[in-house]
Amino acid sequence: MTELTRRLLLAGSAAAPFAGWVRLADAATPKDTAVFAKQIDDIISLDPHESYELSGGEICTNVYDRLLRYEAEDHTKLVGGVAESWAVSPDGKTLTFKIRPNLKFHSGAPVTVEDVEFSLQRAVLIGKTPAFLFTQLGWSKANVKDLVKASGGDTVTATITADFAPSLVLNLMSSIVASIMEKKVAMAHDTNGDLGNGWLKSNSAASGAFRLVSWKANESVTLEANPGFRLGAPPLKRVVVRHVPEPASQRLLLEKADADFARDLTPDQIKPLSGNPDIKVESFKAANTFYCGLNLGYEPLANPKVRQAMKMLVDYDGMVKSFLAGRFFVQQSFLPIGFFGAIAYAPFKLDVEKAKALLVEAGYKDGFAVKIAAPNVSPWTEISQSVQQTMGQAGIKVSIEPMELKAVIGQYRARNHQIAMLSWGPDYFDPHTNADSFVHNDDNSDNPKIKPIAWRNKWLIPEITKEMLAAARELDTAKRAEEYAVLQKKVTDDGPYIFMFQNNIQVARRATTTGYNPGITGDQSFFRTIRKS
Amino acid sequence: MSEAATQGAPTGAPAPADRPRAWILAHRAAGILVSVGLTFLGLTCVTFFIGRVIPIDPVLAIVGDKASPETYARVRAEIGLDLPLPVQYWRYLVKVVHGDFGNSVITSHPVLQDLLQVFPATLELAVPALLIGVVVGIPMGVVAATHRGRWPDQVIRLLSLFGYSMPVFWLGLVGLLLFYATLGWVGGPGRLDVGFEDIVTPVTGVITVDSLLAGEYDVFWNALSHLVLPASILGYLSLAYIARMTRSFMLGQLRQEYVLATLAKGLSPWRVIWVHALGNVWVQLVTIIALTFGSLLEGAVLTETVFAWPGLGLYIKNSLFNADLNAVLGGTVLVGVVYIGLNMLSDLIYPLVDPRARDRQ
Repeated sequence: MTELTRRLLLAGSAAAPFAGWVRLADAATPKDTAVFAKQIDDIISLDPHESYELSGGEICTNVYDRLLRYEAEDHTKLVGGVAESWAVSPDGKTLTFKIRPNLKFHSGAPVTVEDVEFSLQRAVLIGKTPAFLFTQLGWSKANVKDLVKASGGDTVTATITADFAPSLVLNLMSSIVASIMEKKVAMAHDTNGDLGNGWLKSNSAASGAFRLVSWKANESVTLEANPGFRLGAPPLKRVVVRHVPEPASQRLLLEKADADFARDLTPDQIKPLSGNPDIKVESFKAANTFYCGLNLGYEPLANPKVRQAMKMLVDYDGMVKSFLAGRFFVQQSFLPIGFFGAIAYAPFKLDVEKAKALLVEAGYKDGFAVKIAAPNVSPWTEISQSVQQTMGQAGIKVSIEPMELKAVIGQYRARNHQIAMLSWGPDYFDPHTNADSFVHNDDNSDNPKIKPIAWRNKWLIPEITKEMLAAARELDTAKRAEEYAVLQKKVTDDGPYIFMFQNNIQVARRATTTGYNPGITGDQSFFRTIRKS
Repeated sequence: MSEAATQGAPTGAPAPADRPRAWILAHRAAGILVSVGLTFLGLTCVTFFIGRVIPIDPVLAIVGDKASPETYARVRAEIGLDLPLPVQYWRYLVKVVHGDFGNSVITSHPVLQDLLQVFPATLELAVPALLIGVVVGIPMGVVAATHRGRWPDQVIRLLSLFGYSMPVFWLGLVGLLLFYATLGWVGGPGRLDVGFEDIVTPVTGVITVDSLLAGEYDVFWNALSHLVLPASILGYLSLAYIARMTRSFMLGQLRQEYVLATLAKGLSPWRVIWVHALGNVWVQLVTIIALTFGSLLEGAVLTETVFAWPGLGLYIKNSLFNADLNAVLGGTVLVGVVYIGLNMLSDLIYPLVDPRARDRQ
């Protein structure tokens, strides 16, 4: 064999595997389909009475209609969903919902009062995580069939035994547990009394704007438009949410028009997109509260003056003007802006000298050592480093313990933290959802009936808890708002929390794909308004 | 001696030469069984107990942060975490022996079903990657050895070093930027474009194969356009390793006296290098290839992350981060099976490539 032939052979064998590098399919997404590139590996179920993760909640929002809704057209106005109208008894204990006529499930079957009765009862009976949204109304597995009943004709009555303001109860009827499902389909898949839960994890029995076609875990969710939806057929026939774990890959898919939306881009990826005329980046207010929980079981943190000092040792403005720019804004309250009763409140600023003076008064003139458990991903790593640096200026020696988010939560729930840096998202669109977590602890024992955030931080507040519960009961809306304003100031000023930020969601989209607003919570993330030109 | 072992004997007592051979075979089979059993036991034991001490609460992974204490306690009991650890392990072993790996908390499906879904995706990546590694890497290694110190050796060394030292994550992103985003030669992240999804019914789970079986050639070409980049990058990494190892083995052979003797006898250098010298390193190469294939099957996490490729590596990683212990254990057992299978396959191949191994048997 000649030298030339040998070389040709070698070159040929080296080139052979790369011969397939030919692009054989055009990239653009189909015109009747919206494609999201998103991290969706948090989905563990698409049964709306079980799903409690962000991505799963978004899908359920679009697949299931709910008794009441905050619709895409006005995120702030509570309107009827499956219910056409409702009435509240004078004592606020009984709510009667009139069901819309002529509604149909995806199967073609009519939506009946029996389906509504079944769905509200089922949320309690299957006893999954979101069940607490209804059990706080006094409903239990034992009594829910007596308290939620089809009352003949086209109405369903729901009686609550807890003392709650009607506005709060109505807001709960717009949450994920108030999703209405087809009883016949669910029961046809009942296995060992699970009310169809096993099957409904990855199938649907719904009447929402989209039908669930498939959920392939860690791969994609495909939805198909429901032409018979009560508010009209969605403009696009399909929505595909593809699991793309790496943000950089999301950006490439968007730029090549293989995705219409990229939902998890980092700031360094968003910045260069501003020069691309085919891409638009929009910012939407979200309702997550970013804060530090201070465990009063750790002696220095039990001192109110130390807590005051620490709240003055965070560079709130510096962070939102630098590495958090565009994604966060300062909000020092347990209620996010956009919620009923929320006040824009930011009494604390970085003031090292004042903080030092407070530490001297508290008997910690040389500072002390403290550990912060924080998730090991951005932006937590940057925020915790900034806090470490500014607290160090007053002698507080912060050691950061970066760990998996679930590990931080595990430590937090077990009250094993000193400081936990986390975020909190509301469960439904009412201030009680956050108040009941941050401002509720009248039993500081190790095994109380409930373990809200105040308990996790060992903040025993029986009196403030009563005030919080009174606000939840208040029938006068204006007075209720005032009561929450007072609570917010009290909790921010004295509580074991360093409230720092509220976040914005940044969504990058193709310029030709419009009409999507992720809403302040996942309950308002509607796909039915998306259009493509 | 078993009945089966004596059946082949002519008449009367088995021939003395047959008895030891049958005994050896039985002994070897028993040895393999014991070895496989112990490996499994060790594998499940270590993974199980590591899974129980990681600082992530598997109950929280199911119920979420906001679950009530009642829900938390109920789910904890449902998945058996309230039992003593040895009891939990024993129950797990009994189930595994019956082919039940439990359900994944992330997907809600039986773990075995999940593994059967993700493993073909990984195979689809690993097989072409290994082919690239073998077909290109071995000739490169031979050329580097025969041109030691000269420019082909230096170029191959540089290519290999680059493949060794560049993080696969970075290579993947740069590859996507160049070949997908800039040149548009290949498909992007994912196994198919959205327009081609759900057309072919999975049979083997390998989309390129399934689409050919279904006669859906558009889907095949689209799947191929998505496959070529991640497979080439993984192939490049395996190529770098195989080329370096081949060079090293070949240098060892080229120093042997028989090489000089055969050349002196007038055999062509091509035959001496590619037949005699390379023939003598095949046993070592088979081991290297098997190990490379094993690592491609379970270690492509970063490639699968960058390319949104729903394979075994990504599945195990997600399961681990979500404390989905059943899935982690199931995935680990599968990886163990793969390695044991590859070891056994290597043992079978040795006699085919090396007469000395055949004689030893």
